[in-house]
Amino acid sequence: MSAPEAAPSDHVHPGDPVTVDRYTAGARINHWITATCLVLLALSGLALFHPSMYFLTGLFGGGQWTRAIHPWIGVVLFFSFCGLFLRFFRLNFWTRSDTVWMKGFREVLADREEEHEELVEIGKYNAGQKVVFWAMSLLIVVLISSGLVIWDQYFAQYSTLEQKQVAILVHSLAAVTIICVWIVHVYAAIWVRGTIRGMTRGSVTGGWAWRHHRKWLRDLVSGKPKDPNASATPAE
Amino acid sequence: MFPPLPNPSVQPVPPKFGEHDLIRRSASNVTAPAQRQTEVAKLIDVSKCIGCKACQSACLEWNDLREEVGVNHGIYDNPLDLTPASLTVMRFTEWVNPETQSLEWLIRKDGCMHCEDPGCLKACPAPGAIVQYSNGIVDFVHENCIGCGYCVKGCPFNIPRISKVDNKAYKCTLCVDRVAVGQGPACQKACPTQAIVFGTKDDMKKWADARIKDLKSRGFANAGLYDPPGVSGTHVMYVLHHADKPEIYAGLPKDPRISPIVQLWKGATKYAGLAAIAVFAGLGFLHHVVKGPNRVSREDERSAKDLTEGKAS
Repeated sequence: MSAPEAAPSDHVHPGDPVTVDRYTAGARINHWITATCLVLLALSGLALFHPSMYFLTGLFGGGQWTRAIHPWIGVVLFFSFCGLFLRFFRLNFWTRSDTVWMKGFREVLADREEEHEELVEIGKYNAGQKVVFWAMSLLIVVLISSGLVIWDQYFAQYSTLEQKQVAILVHSLAAVTIICVWIVHVYAAIWVRGTIRGMTRGSVTGGWAWRHHRKWLRDLVSGKPKDPNASATPAE
Repeated sequence: MFPPLPNPSVQPVPPKFGEHDLIRRSASNVTAPAQRQTEVAKLIDVSKCIGCKACQSACLEWNDLREEVGVNHGIYDNPLDLTPASLTVMRFTEWVNPETQSLEWLIRKDGCMHCEDPGCLKACPAPGAIVQYSNGIVDFVHENCIGCGYCVKGCPFNIPRISKVDNKAYKCTLCVDRVAVGQGPACQKACPTQAIVFGTKDDMKKWADARIKDLKSRGFANAGLYDPPGVSGTHVMYVLHHADKPEIYAGLPKDPRISPIVQLWKGATKYAGLAAIAVFAGLGFLHHVVKGPNRVSREDERSAKDLTEGKAS
């Protein structure tokens, strides 16, 4: 049988419109802590990245404060994201249908999902969301490790100057990349209307689920076993 | 003997250079003054140094700095490395010359080289925290310093140190406050053997030439001036008896230049990074303008309702 496509806390509530629980309160709080950290990190990081952005240090109480607080926000983000990772990684494994979806990515962008959806029905996450998830995961690991190397206040003595130079270059490249990934993430949530309520109220409408994540909805309606960890009986 | 600088007048004198003489200012653009001041330089003649550390003491005293009482590590170097308080240290090397089999005691006064192309200034993200005057002096302006340590990573000589007390970067100022009123740096003033001399860069090169000629006549065939072109020359120069191998002087770099990694970080990455972010944001905006929102239709909701009520495909 195919991999589970829903989390144990996902439930369908019949009605008009149908609503589907997508994110628990815990997941939402976890997400928004991470999101706040990411935005603060981007602002404080950009302030030190390019002189034209230096004025952003004003948001943090000046240059010294920006320099001091940026790494600590990074630590909070790292642990917060670890929580998100543990919550979401099982449903983000790559499957064959993701490859098919990716091949039809142009149709998706062109909003011709109607034709596309017939080709492949999507579980809780589509291939684009999975790419964002894994890109974020990888980049956050790169950012925290390179960040520790250049956190001179506490860790200056553990690396050589050459290592620090490489670390700061890697850190800035990874930061630029994660900001771009973040833009994709936020834009997708804005463009696909009805998405953001999944992360604010925790539920989406049945129509949204039907349109964008039909396999997820079908599995929930049919009561197919969900996450293996939640299922008392083995899937097979 | 190099003619010593005359003692200064006791009358207050206006500074000979200031804000309007900046040729570089970190994280900012400055219009360089039309007239560049005569470049100054400190010349350190390693062959004349006796290792007395008068320069270290004079530096602490003039700059009103106190070094922590340390411990003896069994060698003459004290402190072992530059610190936020010790802006200069003497580095002692016992070197056996393979040609003569004789022990040579190489003593190099380490500190900021005041590069013509300063890596610290290039790396600094804080506007005005590092400045370069048209006479060549590179100085840190502490009120603008944010303590990020980028200058440490940008420096080809590993000179700046970040204070654990106020989280600001410190290095030799070339006694900018003394030079501004016509005096030489404190270390130069204190040096008993004229191993340190100070003047215009041209005069210092001339003086070095005479010293090098003298050293060559004494059998130091590779004696020469250390004024590395990789950083477009420096405003602290060395006369070395073995200028062909500067590394033997406690790791003085042979061909110092701003690391290509730092150049990439502060060059292409800075501009390409912002451009990439702008492109992503712009593409998102354009896509929305052209395609409009992706809305859930009434049929979608009906299909979902049918599905939950067991009526649908």
